[in-house]
Amino acid sequence: MSGINDFAFRIGTVNGTGSASANTLLMQSIFRMGVPVTGKNIFPSNIQGLPTWYEIRVSKDGYTARPESLDLVVALNPGTYARDVAKVRPGGYLLYDSTWPMERTLSRDGIDVLGIPFGEMCAEAFTGDRERTLLRNIAYAGSLAALFAIDMDVISEMLKEQYGRKPKLLDSNFRALHMGYDYAREHFSSPLPFHLERMDATGGHVLLDGNTASALGCVWGGATVGAWYPITPATSLMEAFKGYCGRYRTDKSTGEKAYCIVQAEDELAAAGMVIGAGWAGARAFTSTSGPGISLMQEFIGLAYYTEIPAVFFDVQRAGPATGMPTRTQQSDLLSIAYASHGDTKHIMLFPADPGECFTMAMQALDLAERFQTPVFVVSDLDIGMNDWMIERPRWDDRFVPDRGKVLTAADVEKLPRFSRYLATNGDGVAARTLPGVGAKGAYFTRGSGHDRHAAYTEDAAAYQEVVDRLKRKIDAAADHVPAPILRIASDADGSVGPSIGIVAIGGCNAAVVEAVDRLRDRGMRCDYLRIRGFPFPSSVTDFLEEHETVFVVEQNRDGQLRSLLALETGIARDRLFSILDYGGEPLTAGVVVAAVSQHFAGVPA
Amino acid sequence: MTSIAKPPVRHPGLQKNALGLTRRDYEGAMSTLCAGCGHDSVTSALITAFWEMDIPPHRAAKMSGIGCSSKTTAYFMRQSHGFNAVHGRMPSVATGANAANRSLTYVGISGDGDSLSIGLGQLCHAIRRGLRLLYVLENNGVYGLTKGQFSASADVGSTAKRGEPNLQPPIDPVLLALSLGATFVARSFSGDKDELIPILKAGLAHNGFALVDVISPCVSFNDHEGSTKSYRYTREHAEEVAPVDFIPLRREITAQSAEGTAMSVTMHDGSTVRFRRVKEGYDPTDRDAAYAYVRHAQERGEIATGLLYLDERGFEMHASNRTVSTPLVDVPFASLCPGRAALDELMEEFR
Ligand SMILES: Cc1ncc(C[n+]2csc(CCOP(=O)(O)OP(=O)(O)O)c2C)c(N)n1
Ligand code: SF4
Ligand SMILES: [Mg+2]
Repeated sequence: MSGINDFAFRIGTVNGTGSASANTLLMQSIFRMGVPVTGKNIFPSNIQGLPTWYEIRVSKDGYTARPESLDLVVALNPGTYARDVAKVRPGGYLLYDSTWPMERTLSRDGIDVLGIPFGEMCAEAFTGDRERTLLRNIAYAGSLAALFAIDMDVISEMLKEQYGRKPKLLDSNFRALHMGYDYAREHFSSPLPFHLERMDATGGHVLLDGNTASALGCVWGGATVGAWYPITPATSLMEAFKGYCGRYRTDKSTGEKAYCIVQAEDELAAAGMVIGAGWAGARAFTSTSGPGISLMQEFIGLAYYTEIPAVFFDVQRAGPATGMPTRTQQSDLLSIAYASHGDTKHIMLFPADPGECFTMAMQALDLAERFQTPVFVVSDLDIGMNDWMIERPRWDDRFVPDRGKVLTAADVEKLPRFSRYLATNGDGVAARTLPGVGAKGAYFTRGSGHDRHAAYTEDAAAYQEVVDRLKRKIDAAADHVPAPILRIASDADGSVGPSIGIVAIGGCNAAVVEAVDRLRDRGMRCDYLRIRGFPFPSSVTDFLEEHETVFVVEQNRDGQLRSLLALETGIARDRLFSILDYGGEPLTAGVVVAAVSQHFAGVPA
Repeated sequence: MTSIAKPPVRHPGLQKNALGLTRRDYEGAMSTLCAGCGHDSVTSALITAFWEMDIPPHRAAKMSGIGCSSKTTAYFMRQSHGFNAVHGRMPSVATGANAANRSLTYVGISGDGDSLSIGLGQLCHAIRRGLRLLYVLENNGVYGLTKGQFSASADVGSTAKRGEPNLQPPIDPVLLALSLGATFVARSFSGDKDELIPILKAGLAHNGFALVDVISPCVSFNDHEGSTKSYRYTREHAEEVAPVDFIPLRREITAQSAEGTAMSVTMHDGSTVRFRRVKEGYDPTDRDAAYAYVRHAQERGEIATGLLYLDERGFEMHASNRTVSTPLVDVPFASLCPGRAALDELMEEFR
């Protein structure tokens, strides 16, 4: 790494100092220069005062995983100086605010330390603590623009878009930007050896976070009821849904809303509301994270057993209990797959980026109605809250939602008798009716034992008939969840020998794609299967069977995906080697490359 | 639980309501509750209320939690969709259903365990939200279905099966609802149809959350001497001579009260409970006065019944939300999905 359009940097500040807009400005400017870029926000579970970092990776090759080494670190938080200095790669740069004398912690052999008196400059140029603090961020953006050769016209244009209607703010932002820019130009040889050059690789793409994308999928997919209880990192999903519903679903003249969002008293209630709405015939969803999933368990079982469509977005965060709410993980897989007591199994979709959050949100709404069951979109904090460069989401106006088997009053009239839990064909799905349909279509929904006619039962055979059909139904869903994506090694790779297999899901994808390329460059032949849905389609089993050695990459301590694979496919567990990363930060390609290499070097990975 | 034919219901001949339906058309599956259970009396009152209100059964949805009381949704209006949810969480399911389809009439049946312990939070928040729901709390002071543990409405000093007295102060759903801003608060007695039916009808008509606390004696699990909502059952004796699951067949208790007077009702075990029905001319529109009235009755050892508080304007979730009048389930997809052009335009903001 490190070269033209190929470098990474990190900005360390204190939470609550308003650096987000400066960071977005930098990232978007790079994007508009046509250069692939991703940003990762590493933030604390706190409103003000704790350290926060923003990492930006520029990659001409389009890699979007978290960078492994940092070419430059901006250290604006004295509390993390030591950590920030340590993060700079040998030969890299550290940029700090030289308003105050340089602390000893900031020096390190083999790196260049650049000081710019941001604080002093802003204190002289601006008034008021708030303004000075906020503009200090724009000043460092200006300096980085000089050091990285970011096109100032592009930045200026963005500032104009942002502050066009507030000339005073625009003016002070411009001044701060140029102060930082000019200082860097005058004092350092700018640009640095690694910097930007215009490219044409971002056309047809957008910068989008997964929670916004999921929310858009729900708006476009026709969801009308959202119920939720705030929790990081899922909150911004429902907030985005609310925002876009305000824009697209509210009658401009009357103010009337074609949606209903309920902020529930807790996650139990949120789940109950989604189930009630699904029962009544609306497309409904909730957004939550691990602790919420724990609370929803009983209701999930109810929806499964009573066969009610419900969509759950789990934006996973790290750890049991409260854990690390602002860190990412993939550690809810097992608790979702068989959520709730009794025999259950649930459909899961695993988006790997915001683009898939958009499409899978719609697929989840369809699958929930088609199979009349809870469907989980299992995302994570990294996907949900960070801005990713993705292909522009598109909409096909011919899209027709799959509302599943819902009988109208006329349909019911044609039947000799309506039996809610009697499937009439092989897919195991029994037609339902919605409340209000008419007397003949009425039935009683109960979580207690019921027979095919929805009548109460404690009879062994009648009970088993229903739960056996449920099993068939969910098993059949394996052919309807998004198919795995397979990247088979080809001779063109130049790699040799029998292929190793790598399996991953969701947010690991970006790092694994990059790792696979690097392993192939080293002459290792590898096939990569990215699983996108559960129950696992048969192609997953085929892949495991076809490969002597399979690595399962995931972000949790216990190898939950590996366990699920072993449980569900019958593949011997010892054929599957775990590559685990669970510290809470997004995965890097290096972790995967190192683990695979060590495995073959005979060193335990 | 054994299946016992429910007490005979009086059929008013083949009399029809405005929809041409007889009262029978509002009945449900055969009750499996204990003979004489107060809950069956409430069921019967609900049947009459819906019938007299000319509500088409299929335009109503019956919601409940878990408990003997919550089972009763199966025992009326078989032509309505019904939903027996999880313990204490009916309000959230009803909220979701109502959010999706506001055009149905929702009735929720719960018990004192379902409402005041495990489901207390959901009850409170459904009230705060102004969910349009007739909420019938069949209150017997015990957990019937799990065989007689105290509920949170049991009075201090009442004694449980094994004789240990309840020391924790009760939660009074009426006072609770009043303090949470409910716009319809009433209490009645399962055996007093003359009072209960009109209250249920008024609750069905209310535009918002209508709480009806119905004292509904459990014939099987109470020997709380002096309890305000149960009979003292001569368990000492019965336990000696009968298997523990022996439930004697009993007749439902009925009583008609007169406005403004105190009424003593003799329970199966011979104990009495005193109800005081609100006077003619009682003003139910003053929340503070209603609160004081209920408290004073309590101090006298009486249970205030009747329509205790009413704000006729109601308070309703969809009105606060400004939801379209068309039920959301009936809004066509084409008008829900902003479509291709809108997405293309929106995406311009993300670059
Ligand atoms: C989560 C859960 N915990 C416990 C139970 C067991 N349970 C069933 S009904 C009930 C109490 C019902 O009491 P109440 O609501 O007063 O109804 P009643 O039977 O007295 O009419 C309990 C504790 C359950 N069904 N679910
Ligand atoms: S146990 Fe009590 S509440 Fe339950 S059915 Fe019997 S009498 Fe009614
Ligand atoms: Mg009870």
